[in-house]
Amino acid sequence: MKILTANRLADGAVVWLALGGRWSTEFEDAVRLDPEPAAAALAQAEAQPGRFVAPYLIEADAAGVERRERLRESIRADGPTAGHSLENV
Amino acid sequence: MYRYDEFDSRLVAERIEQFSDQVARRLDGRLTEDQFKPLRLMNGVYLQLHAYMLRVAIPYGELNAARLRALADIARRYDKGYGHFTTRTNIQFNWPALVDVPHILKDLARVEMHAIQTSGNCIRNVTTDALAGIAADEVEDPRPWCELIRQWSTFHPEFTFLPRKFKIAVIGAPKDRAAMRTHDIGLEIVRDDTGALGFRLFVGGGQGRLPHIASELKSFIPAEELFAWLTATLRVYNRHGRRDNIHKARIKILVASLGLDAFRAEVEEAFAALPKAPLAVPEAEVERIKAYFAPRPYAAAPPRFAAFDRALMTDPAFARWTRNNLRPHKQPGYAAVVISLKPVGGVPGDATAEQMDRVADLAERFSFDQVRVTYEQNLLLPHVAMDDLPELHAALGRAGLAEANAGLAADIISCPGLDYCSLANARSIPVAQALSERLSDPVFQDAVGEVRINISGCINACGHHHVGHIGILGVDKQGEEFYQITLGGSPDETASIGQIVGKGLPGEAVAPAIERVLKAYLARRDAGERFIDTLRRLGADPFKEAIYEAA
Repeated sequence: MKILTANRLADGAVVWLALGGRWSTEFEDAVRLDPEPAAAALAQAEAQPGRFVAPYLIEADAAGVERRERLRESIRADGPTAGHSLENV
Repeated sequence: MYRYDEFDSRLVAERIEQFSDQVARRLDGRLTEDQFKPLRLMNGVYLQLHAYMLRVAIPYGELNAARLRALADIARRYDKGYGHFTTRTNIQFNWPALVDVPHILKDLARVEMHAIQTSGNCIRNVTTDALAGIAADEVEDPRPWCELIRQWSTFHPEFTFLPRKFKIAVIGAPKDRAAMRTHDIGLEIVRDDTGALGFRLFVGGGQGRLPHIASELKSFIPAEELFAWLTATLRVYNRHGRRDNIHKARIKILVASLGLDAFRAEVEEAFAALPKAPLAVPEAEVERIKAYFAPRPYAAAPPRFAAFDRALMTDPAFARWTRNNLRPHKQPGYAAVVISLKPVGGVPGDATAEQMDRVADLAERFSFDQVRVTYEQNLLLPHVAMDDLPELHAALGRAGLAEANAGLAADIISCPGLDYCSLANARSIPVAQALSERLSDPVFQDAVGEVRINISGCINACGHHHVGHIGILGVDKQGEEFYQITLGGSPDETASIGQIVGKGLPGEAVAPAIERVLKAYLARRDAGERFIDTLRRLGADPFKEAIYEAA
């Protein structure tokens, strides 16, 4: 299974493809796609350079992102793990 | 302090107009990301993990209150209320929206700042010794030469599309406080036997995947030939540097593959072919620029420092801060003050908008309206009268900026790492924080004394791990963070590259291991030896043992 992600063009925010072709800023909303629809969704995102920057697919299963990319993708999803950007700072 | 002439103002205004139009065309979809990326990278705009990042140039680290307040204002209005000072003495904003970047650039231009030459394969913002114009060992103030190089290199048509980025550092003293030997070109101001001013020209330094300490290309080039030699060196690099492999594109690889002598022969040939007159440094211009950096109107030193002496006797925190954070000033009665951006458990190099505003106020009040950024990711007030120090210390304390650890173990250099950077393999900041907390005991820090600990989250080495006395490099092993420790690096005039001690450690094991290394040093040092001296005398073995002791 795959998840489609990108940065939003205007502000760079991390977004994921959600149900019904909607894009969400919440990782929880991300849909798992089979390889074929995932490739089609990626192509569709790439065809919209006025909305997205650097769309790409992440390997994932129902439990979450596969191990190799887990840390990077969890930081993309949840924000920096340290520093002034933390919500409580 | 530099100031813009009519050329700078016009160049920057035209560039903002041009880039604003490019941003507009990107936003409405007329430009693709592939078309836009090289354009934004010429204007300091990166795309990181979470957002865009804007890197603003701070010419050779010099700021005044107005400029620092403008940075604070940008942090507040367009970011999350803070900025990150870098090892290139620039500042990065981690969260600006692309739509806001044109407004930010206009705000910067109002205070004679920009984000040009902070990314892309051009000559980057030139750096220097944070003690320029202050240090007693200085042959001459390097900042006028930095300013000349800034003017010469800005939008230089021949050197805008180099094989790779190109960094130049200039120092004015034999003691290297700017890691000059880690730069593509390093310049040290010297005088020859006749007393004529000139430079030692170093070439081929660089960190990253294949680190090199710069080699001396010329032991003396006359000052007026500076741009002819820079042009000749860059021309050889531009012609022969590799463009087919990004990992082999820096000048250090060209120098290493040709050999220093063959590279020198190429440069000398290019130099001989250059018309000298158009490249000669114009003396009148040098004098005009030197006036920008003239000594401040210092007050005569009083016979004794009443307020300073009183505070020294009565306030141990002040006394410790003066021991660790003051740097001697050649003007009697003055000192330079390092403002540590390394609070216990903090993010190295981060400053909040409020802190920037406070430092701006203090610079106006106590330091002739001058502030500097050091490559160790701290700030520096260059000219503070001794009797103002107690008041300054108290004011810094109220702003959370009186950490007395400059140059000590907790004065850690760290890149943003995987918490922000799309190139990183592992996080740097949490490791720096854990280490800073582990080493927070001031008694221990003072006992250990001068040591440089540097952390990078990937082999690109923005955190200078190769030249840390103790270097820490984050690596990724099948999705897990590990940290390789290197020992024996040094950034100064005895520059060396640290050697990897062995297999990487998990993140939580790093701080205890480093603490054991420092304890091993305390147990083995001879009188007067710094950490690096003991390490060089004994070799790395006892320290390796300390690292892996508990493992």
